[in-house]
Amino acid sequence: MAAAKKKPAARRLARPARMRHIIIGAGPAGVIAAETLRKLDPNAGVTIIGDEREPPYSRMALPYYLSRKINEAGTHLRKTPRHFKKLGIDVRRDRVTAVDARNRQVKLAGGGSLTYDKLLIATGSSPVSPPIPGMDLPGIHPCWTLADARHIAKHARPGAKVVLMGAGFIGCIILEALARRGVQLTVVEMANRMVPRMMNTTAGGLIKQWCLDKGVRVHTSTKVTAIEKGPDGRGLRVRLDNGTVLPADLIISATGVRPNIGFLKGSGIKTDHGVLINRNMQTSNPHVFAAGDVAQGLDFSTGEYSVQAIQPTAADHGLLAARNMAGHKGAVHRGSVNMNVLDTIGLVSSSFGQWMGATGGDSAELCDRNRFKYLNLQFKDDVLVGATSLGLTDHIGVLRGLIQTRTRLGEWKEKLKHDPTRIMEAYLANTQAVGFNAGMI
Amino acid sequence: MLRALKIEPEKCTGCLQCEMACSYENEQVFNPSKSRIRIFNFHDEGRFAPYTCTQCAEAWCLHSCPVEAIVINPKTGAKEVIEDVCVGCKVCTIACPFGTVNYNHDSGKVIKCDLCGGNPACAEACPTAAITYVDIDQTGLDRMRAHAQKTLPQSAQAA
Ligand SMILES: Cc1cc2nc3c(=O)[nH]c(=O)nc-3n(C[C@H](O)[C@H](O)[C@H](O)COP(=O)(O)OP(=O)(O)OC[C@H]3O[C@@H](n4cnc5c(N)ncnc54)[C@H](O)[C@@H]3O)c2cc1C
Repeated sequence: MAAAKKKPAARRLARPARMRHIIIGAGPAGVIAAETLRKLDPNAGVTIIGDEREPPYSRMALPYYLSRKINEAGTHLRKTPRHFKKLGIDVRRDRVTAVDARNRQVKLAGGGSLTYDKLLIATGSSPVSPPIPGMDLPGIHPCWTLADARHIAKHARPGAKVVLMGAGFIGCIILEALARRGVQLTVVEMANRMVPRMMNTTAGGLIKQWCLDKGVRVHTSTKVTAIEKGPDGRGLRVRLDNGTVLPADLIISATGVRPNIGFLKGSGIKTDHGVLINRNMQTSNPHVFAAGDVAQGLDFSTGEYSVQAIQPTAADHGLLAARNMAGHKGAVHRGSVNMNVLDTIGLVSSSFGQWMGATGGDSAELCDRNRFKYLNLQFKDDVLVGATSLGLTDHIGVLRGLIQTRTRLGEWKEKLKHDPTRIMEAYLANTQAVGFNAGMI
Repeated sequence: MLRALKIEPEKCTGCLQCEMACSYENEQVFNPSKSRIRIFNFHDEGRFAPYTCTQCAEAWCLHSCPVEAIVINPKTGAKEVIEDVCVGCKVCTIACPFGTVNYNHDSGKVIKCDLCGGNPACAEACPTAAITYVDIDQTGLDRMRAHAQKTLPQSAQAA
């Protein structure tokens, strides 16, 4: 930075014209990218185009809005009044209907188009409605947007009969919020356990037991076969493949999401499940980048490109995409660790990386069923590659640290196999995280 | 000039005064489990390691927060949790690769070291100067940052 200041003025004047950055999507990935671009290039034009009717907000905050911990403003990504204006970031409410990559233009639903030098696709994902008869009846909502949350808040009154379809990660987060609203809750999940893509059978089973103990009805290995109007025309009925019929005032569907890539048809930008990007967050078109839930980016653990659809990855992506859009060399993605933390009516669980284990690896496990405490560590050689925890909240971030630094545990691996809870000591013993401010100011 | 907590584990006797002082200062209780600085005891080696947030430049906690509840105090450089804004989602507790953000079940919010606003109680309480609050030596800082960069994926630092 000091060196740049010494550059003669003439060099600075010869710089290229003002860059125009356009970002599609006003979620965390888009907003973090916009702010980073502003920091890196005070003169650049930075425009965010978002199609929701709200100021930029965080989906992740919706459960806390539902449980009344915060009001609508509490879900907003930025709290300072006129935050974006002050930063010179133009936030527009509109919908991009197509990308004309050849002319570097985006077409807007509201009419007209905008020209970009660099474009970021940060359009996130949308809920998928399962192919079940009756899914189009009124009274069935996803819980994905602030607008959805408003609907749910209106109908999920104390005592209301609510059926939650899907006990994946998002389903379980909503479950917590609904339980706090005092509804009569029944959960239906196709897989044999709760949070099947984040928890193994033991941990997923313990979460189910915990929920049952708290008075939530849980059907696992069960499918919804049809949804019908209630007998007297009021309310709904949910038919399950185990023969049960559940009356419902409100049905919440949390059965999965799909990246928003439809508008890229014909743009030549390559997509698979999401938008394909390289380690510079760049799509098949060098002027176009992608970040967040819509992007199929590098997974740290598997080395493969996949859609992770979690907040920390959206933040990582947004930051890195912006640095690449601003032309920073060396801003190379080393892959994001897939990780989640979940609070199910007071039982906190987390999972990291290859929690399901790596081929040729081994593991350490501690399980106290009565106290709902569980810790499972997965190793490859003497390196931690994945972890699952239940009922532990202290220092759990170090699991990410150990995974992502590929720290060789040496003799500490055996100690951890003996007592997996000593992760923090294993970390301290194996990094130079001692000395000046733990060696990592 | 910004100051930082300098930790010299070889001077630590494991007396836990820092944990007591921290929990009292911040949570009004003498309860080591509520302390933001923790002493790790390496029984086999007769060694102790005080450990807390380094106020790292990368600030993974801050960037992962979905509601802007973690902000930088311009006076101290500390990354502080704004309790009123925190929703208790815990994403920062898994995002921090140093494991120094913890969830507090009682308040339903997260807690981390905030350098006590510039007057850290742990340093004051430490009888052996294993924890001191000192000016950040620029060379040392750069070296530490280089080290952090080498081992972890990316820096949130703009330039
Ligand atoms: C209820 C709920 C709870 C969650 N909890 C957690 C959690 O605890 N931990 C976690 O890690 N993650 C959680 N998530 C997931 C997390 O919210 C997402 O990973 C994150 O929002 C992704 O950010 P993004 O910016 O990529 O996309 P989004 O936040 O989805 O933002 C994308 C935006 O782009 C807009 N858009 C789409 N297409 C267009 C277009 N053509 N033109 C203009 N705008 C467009 C969308 O409407 C949207 O506003 C949760 C999600 C939900 C719904």
